[in-house]
Amino acid sequence: MSTVNFTFDGKQYSGQKGESLASALLRNGVLHFTDSSYKDRPRGVMGLWVEEPNALVNIDSGAGEPMVMSTTIEIVDGLVARSSQGVGDLPDTRDNSRYDKVNRHVDVLVVGAGTAGLEAAKKYSDQGKSVIVVDDKPAAGGHLVYLGQAVPADLLSVLDRENVTYLPRTTVQGLYDQGYSVATERRTDHLDSKVHTEMSRIRTWHIRADHTVLATGAFQRHLVFANNDRPGIMLSHSAATYVSNGANPFKSAVVVTVDNQGYRDAVRLSQAGVTVNAIVDIRNNPSGPSVEAAKAAGIEIITGKTAIDTCEKEDGTVKCVSVGNPDGSDAACIDGDLIAVSGGWTPVVHLATFVGIKPTWDAKLAAFVVKHSDSLTSTAGMLAGDFGGDDNAEIFFGPTLTTEQALVAFVDYQRDATYRDFKRAIDAGMRSIEHVKRYTAIGTAHDQGKTSGTVTMGLIGQAIGKAPDEIGSLTFRPPYITIPFAALAGRDRGLLSDPERTTPIHAWHVASGAPMEDVGQWKRPWYFPKSGENMHAAVLRECAAVREGVGVMDASTLGKIDIQGKDAGQFLDMIYTNMFSTLKVGMSRYGLMCGVDGMVFDDGVTTRISENHWLMTTTTGGAAKVLDWLEEWLQTEWPHLEVYCTSVTEQISTVAIVGPKSRELMSRLAPALDVSNEAFAFMENKHADVAGVPARIARISFSGELAYEINVPAIYGLHIWEAVMSQGADLNITPYGTETMHVLRAEKGFVIVGQETDGTQTPDDLDMSWIVSKKKDDFIGKRSFSRADTARDGRHQLVGILADDGSYVIPEGAYIVAGADANTAPPVKHIGYITSSYDSAALGRSFALALVANGLARKGEKIAIPMADRVVTGVITDSVFVDKENTRRDG
Amino acid sequence: MANMTRRRTVELPDHPDFLWVAEQKPKKSYDVIIIGAGGHGLATAYYLAKNHGITNVAVIEKGWLAGGNMGRNTTIIRSNYLWDESAGIYDHSLKLWENLEEEVGYEMFFSQRGVMTLAHSVSDVRSKQRNFYANHVNAVDSVWLTPEEVKEIAPIVNISEDIRYPVMGATFQPRGGIAKHDWVAWGYAKAAADLGVDIIQNCEVTGFDIVNGKVKGVKTTQGDIAANKVGMVAAGHTSVLANMAGFDVPLQSRPLQALVSPLLEQVLDTVIMSGAVHVYVSQAHKGELVMGAGTDSYNSYAQRGGFHVIEHQLAAACELFPIFERAHLLRTWGGIVDIAPDASPIIGLTPVENLYINSGWGTGGFKATPGSGWVMAATIANGEPDALAKPYALDRFISGHLIDEHGAAGVAH
Ligand SMILES: Cc1cc2nc3c(=O)[nH]c(=O)nc-3n(C[C@H](O)[C@H](O)[C@H](O)COP(=O)(O)OP(=O)(O)OC[C@H]3O[C@@H](n4cnc5c(N)ncnc54)[C@H](O)[C@@H]3O)c2cc1C
Repeated sequence: MSTVNFTFDGKQYSGQKGESLASALLRNGVLHFTDSSYKDRPRGVMGLWVEEPNALVNIDSGAGEPMVMSTTIEIVDGLVARSSQGVGDLPDTRDNSRYDKVNRHVDVLVVGAGTAGLEAAKKYSDQGKSVIVVDDKPAAGGHLVYLGQAVPADLLSVLDRENVTYLPRTTVQGLYDQGYSVATERRTDHLDSKVHTEMSRIRTWHIRADHTVLATGAFQRHLVFANNDRPGIMLSHSAATYVSNGANPFKSAVVVTVDNQGYRDAVRLSQAGVTVNAIVDIRNNPSGPSVEAAKAAGIEIITGKTAIDTCEKEDGTVKCVSVGNPDGSDAACIDGDLIAVSGGWTPVVHLATFVGIKPTWDAKLAAFVVKHSDSLTSTAGMLAGDFGGDDNAEIFFGPTLTTEQALVAFVDYQRDATYRDFKRAIDAGMRSIEHVKRYTAIGTAHDQGKTSGTVTMGLIGQAIGKAPDEIGSLTFRPPYITIPFAALAGRDRGLLSDPERTTPIHAWHVASGAPMEDVGQWKRPWYFPKSGENMHAAVLRECAAVREGVGVMDASTLGKIDIQGKDAGQFLDMIYTNMFSTLKVGMSRYGLMCGVDGMVFDDGVTTRISENHWLMTTTTGGAAKVLDWLEEWLQTEWPHLEVYCTSVTEQISTVAIVGPKSRELMSRLAPALDVSNEAFAFMENKHADVAGVPARIARISFSGELAYEINVPAIYGLHIWEAVMSQGADLNITPYGTETMHVLRAEKGFVIVGQETDGTQTPDDLDMSWIVSKKKDDFIGKRSFSRADTARDGRHQLVGILADDGSYVIPEGAYIVAGADANTAPPVKHIGYITSSYDSAALGRSFALALVANGLARKGEKIAIPMADRVVTGVITDSVFVDKENTRRDG
Repeated sequence: MANMTRRRTVELPDHPDFLWVAEQKPKKSYDVIIIGAGGHGLATAYYLAKNHGITNVAVIEKGWLAGGNMGRNTTIIRSNYLWDESAGIYDHSLKLWENLEEEVGYEMFFSQRGVMTLAHSVSDVRSKQRNFYANHVNAVDSVWLTPEEVKEIAPIVNISEDIRYPVMGATFQPRGGIAKHDWVAWGYAKAAADLGVDIIQNCEVTGFDIVNGKVKGVKTTQGDIAANKVGMVAAGHTSVLANMAGFDVPLQSRPLQALVSPLLEQVLDTVIMSGAVHVYVSQAHKGELVMGAGTDSYNSYAQRGGFHVIEHQLAAACELFPIFERAHLLRTWGGIVDIAPDASPIIGLTPVENLYINSGWGTGGFKATPGSGWVMAATIANGEPDALAKPYALDRFISGHLIDEHGAAGVAH
């Protein structure tokens, strides 16, 4: 065995490669690992693996990790660990380790590579099934490994088979419905103490299995007696295993047991050179081969007694155990620097309970077991009650304690929760395990009650004279052991934390220095500042350029849904408030869609490409929501309609050229196209080559200006944009972003869904009654227009607001009160709020849109806007500020 | 053994020696039966006794007391809601919180550490600012924070501009905060029990005794129990009960998950919510991070949700709070929340005479526990809706007078 050097609490130690930190520390004679969280009591290691309640450490080497169990850390050169007192550190440095995720479908997932798991793997592999075997330990074999026994070769070799994937150091963290499991695989911590950026430190596996075999084994549990927490008091199976591997700081031991496991561990201890002074057995007539073996080894056996209390050496480790009757009487001390406790086995029922499979109490085994088999899940091995040996456990959790003793008899070590805490809970009226947990904090620490859970159930039973299963059932919640957040974030960190969507023209926008606005997942240029320009100046310039010359905007992010099928027109008539089925081929129409409640939900322009082929556009942020909506109606309400919807947002690039000079520019870009009003009218679509690329050009305007939207396959987007920029150079072509777009449309009183609306506006409220068809029998939302509240007076309606001080831009979202209430202190009755507010180049002043109660009838009324630092006054106006007569759109 | 000093966790004080009668059996009849021993049911019983002198009351719970959403939520308390009706009931609730521990004589760890709601885009800022101004006219405390001010209050927030969704501002309600849910439930339960209310656990209501459109009692797994008046306060299971009583309620029952870390050194002493990236976090008194996200997107009565929701949330958390990268996920769980079409509660009368409803608190009813119990008690005692509850009547789904907290809030924790 090679030697490994590591540091613990600032001191250098060496241990053997492959052993755990806990084992190495024991090997070095360290018994006192840390102090308890609340009571400052010295604590050592109790367990072997993830059941460990005490021996927590912070890892400072490698990636660094707070509060991990020293029993689960494989020592490596350069490992730096610090004892943890139950509170994790959060260093300020970033963890640059790589974490990743894998998805796998498999016929059978076997959890646990002990003999039961290996047998299951063999069975299914023999049947030709694909199998994943997951085990959280470094080596397969389960208890056999601990016992130092060879795993039968025919079982071990199963792991090498073609149809078997074996994942060591991998923990199934959660089992979910329909055979879905989540597992985490530790891939680098056992290799060295470096930060791994090239291969993932932890890999999260998402496994979907037709069948899952749970062969998760069992943990030993402790007994609740006074001072049962001193270093040197351990679970007997753990102690025997460490000692047998040469990690032996002990000279003499007392084994305290309720079953025959204690006898087997006593024999192992004695074989490893520890003098076992006695086996103290609660049972009166222990029997079986294990008992005989202990007798043969010459170990004294004391029956009908149990541990009542312990005493300590000067260094706080255990010195002796006082042994007496279960009622606490007749106690006398027996020396031992190891007190090895066998309180019975607790099968690992966690994963089963995650999916609602309830464990049952097996009185013969003194354990909650899960005997379960259905098409999705089955159990095997100790979990299924197959304990193999001759345990004959007694149902016993601890002796009767005096009040003083109860104060130091620990039920949950990590939470320093004692029998006294437990007893108070019972006396206070707590009966459910869940209440006892909450009253005492038992089972809430890093180990989530792996050892204390069954003990608590047992104690409740003991206290009120019921069997543990009459108390309720033992349930756990994922994950099985703790997982670093970063591991579950996986590769979705930094800019990958949410996909970034960009248009084919994005690189140009970035190169030109445009700040980006996040719109849903999209990155859109916000404005295009010239050097030295702030946003305000840039936007005023862009707006003026569009109203007086020509501007260009990347409209590629608008949601685009290709809709085909013979019933598409009929379908659109139901989806939109206005009529679509009568639209002529080649024409576009603006449409509004409402929810069933009659409230505006999304809007956009939809074009009839051919008789049964339509192209719908949606808002940038609303595209996915709208597609879901269409599919919901098609699939659940109107399956008889022949309509097919496909998202084509990313397949089409849209470049809008806007402004009085756009006609000139359009004719340069598409010389073959007749761009006159007569030949190419508003809302018409034409096909033509633009800069050598076949394009669909639409005369649509969101600014009120003459405008052409050039639609090309996405790969040509940048090409078109560059062509526009170069052909328009002498026209002072001005790229503009979302902010200018917003200002221009607001000047025209055009709404933005999500800005002028919040899910509580009808088309009428938006002063858009014209878009609600009076002819159609039905459409989504129609019936709600006649509901009492929708039809009532006084609803908030879209209006304009002009602040008395035209140089002041009212904040968006500000609430409006009647002019008479200008100086009323809050709480004050408000009449509406500002939805959009900008400075306008065209108006030479600020303006705003607002939703105001009964607003359409209140134009000309004075209003006020009370804010923390000032009161702004203004007047209600019409919502259209520029070109009320719609003359500009034709150039 | 290390001798370096490190951050210690605080041990909570003890619960009282006595809380309620274990395994209490029901009497034959009561003046009022409340179905559901969640926070709202227990608070209703308490205020019936305290405010209205009605003490012949039973709270009937199918499982263990506060084992539903009351014992599963992330305990965010605030009242900075958008609509006037919401400001009315939630701020009334917050005012009750401010004296609650003293009034019922129970430690609840009510901590007004402030609640911050981050905005991450231009439109997010716009809607949060609207919320801020709405709070201003309603005289609900609210502050607008710049990213730098966010950082001052919560140094662990990453406000750099090159993260996926940069922080562009935040609303902050200083009076908001957290409490410890079990302690709140137990405080109400004990106070109610002390006033004579029976708390009956492991007793599931399986039907109603309704004669001529009037409720006369309930059928339960522990037998029939008569009552003059019955209040349904069953959160995620309300539609099941309404069905038994013969009417429909427009509620979706969805899993909402939460998670905690193990105890960590204290790094956060306020509450931070971000609807845009779906993460909500506070650090509890002992040091565990308590986090929530949005609801799972399917309906269910199993108290568990999908793991991808957790993964997504932790990705967002690492991005927004880099210091959390090494924090551990300790435990996840789900509750079943009852969501109305407008994400606002349903309180008041039902089509069945003397049968009252209080539900639909969805993802955000913990904060309303005192206020909800208060108005429900008044509604039951007087047989007509309390003024603050009136807008939340069931018939608003017919009239269309919705109080839509979905629009601006996303998930309304
Ligand atoms: C994960 C999560 C996080 C949350 N976070 C927050 C937050 O941060 N802030 C906030 O304000 N709110 C939050 N909430 C919401 C809040 O928890 C709920 O709105 C609130 O608890 C609901 O009221 P309740 O306490 O009465 O419900 P519950 O505690 O669910 O009570 C209902 C009770 O009725 C019982 N019951 C049901 N059917 C029957 C029957 N037939 N017979 C007898 N009894 C029955 C149930 O067993 C249950 O105990 C969250 C919820 C969840 C699930």
